[in-house]
Amino acid sequence: MIVGILALQGAFREHEEMLTRMGVPCLQVRLPRDLAKVDRLIIPGGESTTIGKLLVMYDLIEPIRQRVLAGMPIWGTCAGAILLSSKIIDGKADQPSLHLMDIDSRRNAFGSQLDSFEADVNVAGLDAPFHTVFIRAPILENPQGACHTIATLPDGRVVAALQGHMLATSFHPELTLDDRIHRLFLSL
Amino acid sequence: MAIEKSTWTTKAGLAQMLKGGVIMDVIDVEQAKIAEDAGAVAVMALERVPADIRKQGGVARMSDPELIVRIKESVTIPVMAKARIGHFVEAQVLEALGIDYIDESEVLTPADNEFHIDKHRYKIPFVNGCKNLGEALRRITEGAAMLRTKGEAGTGDVAVAVFHARTVLGEIRRLQSMSEDELYSAAKNLQAPYELVKQVAQAGRLPVVNFAAGGIATPADAALMMQIGVDGVFVGSGIFKSGNPSVRAKAIVQATTHYQDAHIIAEVSKNLGEAMVGINISSLPQDQLLAGRGW
Repeated sequence: MIVGILALQGAFREHEEMLTRMGVPCLQVRLPRDLAKVDRLIIPGGESTTIGKLLVMYDLIEPIRQRVLAGMPIWGTCAGAILLSSKIIDGKADQPSLHLMDIDSRRNAFGSQLDSFEADVNVAGLDAPFHTVFIRAPILENPQGACHTIATLPDGRVVAALQGHMLATSFHPELTLDDRIHRLFLSL
Repeated sequence: MAIEKSTWTTKAGLAQMLKGGVIMDVIDVEQAKIAEDAGAVAVMALERVPADIRKQGGVARMSDPELIVRIKESVTIPVMAKARIGHFVEAQVLEALGIDYIDESEVLTPADNEFHIDKHRYKIPFVNGCKNLGEALRRITEGAAMLRTKGEAGTGDVAVAVFHARTVLGEIRRLQSMSEDELYSAAKNLQAPYELVKQVAQAGRLPVVNFAAGGIATPADAALMMQIGVDGVFVGSGIFKSGNPSVRAKAIVQATTHYQDAHIIAEVSKNLGEAMVGINISSLPQDQLLAGRGW
């Protein structure tokens, strides 16, 4: 099993280092031909506008959508979660998305970099709280149908959601040494 | 549940999210939108790009806060702005504006010829320039959460950026081959804390993200810096002093992502229009060189 990491821009190296520590083979994905070689895909944190633009320019949107609709597990962290959502709120007009999960994302929901933070958050299915890092992070809103919330902040705002084989987290497990969310993704 | 804001992880982490991307200098809202549309990961808001600072001369200072705020309101990507080296009040002002990163920059006229800003005192993260590993580690010690190897800004000549990136990365490779006792001596020579030197020797890289800056004008320039081993690029005058900024900006973004793919770099380099005319660095008098500023 090879885990693909979308390497158009952003924190792909951090995911790669985490998976390598876990002994899981992984591959950077930049072009549609790379996609054929992987069994799962992680979309890392970065700038969702930049990654979205490069997804469109290199004709990756439909190939990724088709693979995921055919059952390939996918996980988006932060910018990746925005790109998985069905509607992007407070984004750039006409910002591209994969429209795969039945949930909305709200960009820069906490404010500017000065509002970036760390906190311990309970995640459904994990035995103990997960130390989360939020950087100019989005929140998730209005999950529908098979999409359900697996983590919220104390004020109720949704920061992680699961829909079958699709996972979205608005925080960055790849910036920690805790591999539990990576294991959760590998179990999908 | 305790929420901790502005931690080291969030400061250095934002730079980690910018990796593999292009940060573009912009002087107004229109340019900021062109940069965002082209796929920039962040914009640097300033009144004059380095090429104009060079041409007009005089003292270069922090930009008008009104301009910075207008640019911040016009884009969804992070906004950076420059403070003069050592000008800790300009940094306080920029933090108060609620932007995302401060560049303590040698492109502006230094306000302090001995001390840099004590960056640990701020909630906002800082990026600093460096010419060599010692300078890089001193900036990190002062609290820089991101670095950029210095080029000669506003020239369109990439040679100085190449030299400084190679210098920093070569010095890191030399540290990796040293024994523990040699590292003590290396720390002394680098004028940097031993623990930090040891950490770099073990990891084989800087503990923060390192971009290249200064003189990058073409997609091939950006890919060159990426192949040498930096994490991303700043492009200043190179975009908006060229014939067709929007097309060139998109091309540089693509070349930075696909920096190892010569076919893609060739494709995006076609029909870009005129590059910025540029200044050959060797023709510049010593007192007009900016990269040497910083201590």
